[in-house]
Amino acid sequence: MSHAFLGGALVAAQLLLVLGMACALLRMLRGPRAQDRVLALDAFYVNAMLLLLTVGLRSDSVLYVEAAMIIALLGFAGTLAFAKFLLRGEVIE
Amino acid sequence: MRRWLPHPLMAGFLLLVWLLMRGSLAPGDWLLGGALALGLAWAFGKLQPPRARLRQPWRLLPLALRVVYDIVRSNLAVAGVVLRPRWRGRSGFVAIPLELEDPYGLALLACIVTSTPGTIWVDHDPVRRVLLIHVLALADEAIWIDTIKRRYERPLLEMFQ
Amino acid sequence: MSLIEALPPWAAVLVGVLVLLGAGFACVGSLGLLRLRNFYRRVHAPTLGSTLGTFFMVAACVVAFSLAQGRPALQVLLIGVFLTLTTPITLMLLVRAALYRNRVEDGQSLAAPEPGDDE
Repeated sequence: MSHAFLGGALVAAQLLLVLGMACALLRMLRGPRAQDRVLALDAFYVNAMLLLLTVGLRSDSVLYVEAAMIIALLGFAGTLAFAKFLLRGEVIE
Repeated sequence: MRRWLPHPLMAGFLLLVWLLMRGSLAPGDWLLGGALALGLAWAFGKLQPPRARLRQPWRLLPLALRVVYDIVRSNLAVAGVVLRPRWRGRSGFVAIPLELEDPYGLALLACIVTSTPGTIWVDHDPVRRVLLIHVLALADEAIWIDTIKRRYERPLLEMFQ
Repeated sequence: MSLIEALPPWAAVLVGVLVLLGAGFACVGSLGLLRLRNFYRRVHAPTLGSTLGTFFMVAACVVAFSLAQGRPALQVLLIGVFLTLTTPITLMLLVRAALYRNRVEDGQSLAAPEPGDDE
């Protein structure tokens, strides 16, 4: 019974996270400014990282945790680079 | 001691990260992690960071608990703002005069303000000593100035200045 | 589904609740990206996912993997550490970039914006 609950909770959590990713994606497409898109990209990868953790829980593999860690670090570096680029004020939209 | 271990806190943190990542306490991990931590702490010293003077470090604990409590509370508040069908609150910038000048104290304050949903650090003017933050649910500027100064700046002043 | 079946019933319920809470906060945060009206308001939303959203999910992973493997699985904690260290930096830099771009475009001086509403 409680295991069925956990299985259902994991699926529901994955749906919620995919919904979150969809929201971020929509904001990324809509803009309107470049900073909105970068912010949405940041939220997108955080959601993707959490989704990887739920996949790891479902498939009993710590490997996904390591992948999530790499996403967390690379996503940070990527967003930082974008923000720095915007700070130069030389992006033509 | 200072010569061989110039940044003990940094080296300790790096060693901890290494051991957590490896998930084991085998002698080889201590050795490799220790070597990496020493090397990286030495490289960190080459960046010539300003010296931190932290008085009464145990005071960090009540501050951390307070920040965790505030993060939970403002998480719920921001979730409420997002989920309410028609939210018509004000939001805007608030200017806060600061007494804190230590770079590490300011960095910690920046992390606290930004990590708490609903408030974000925008700009700090070191000459006029004014901090500018943006607040999502801004009812009254005076309350926010008072909150930041009393809840966070006071303990940071006591520790860093 | 071996990990799920290896958990004792109380832990299965606990992990399920934690996972739902974490995903819920992350989802509400991303929803805020769509629903809030201007950039400075939207900046506040994703913090939900990177604070409580990540906290609950990391807690669920620590409980589940520790019980399933029979020894503490603490490397998941590093994700929380990294995110709490990095999120403030990205957000602050993004806000500053937005401020800079707005000022350059409006042809205003590079003075600080006036306190008050952001409309």
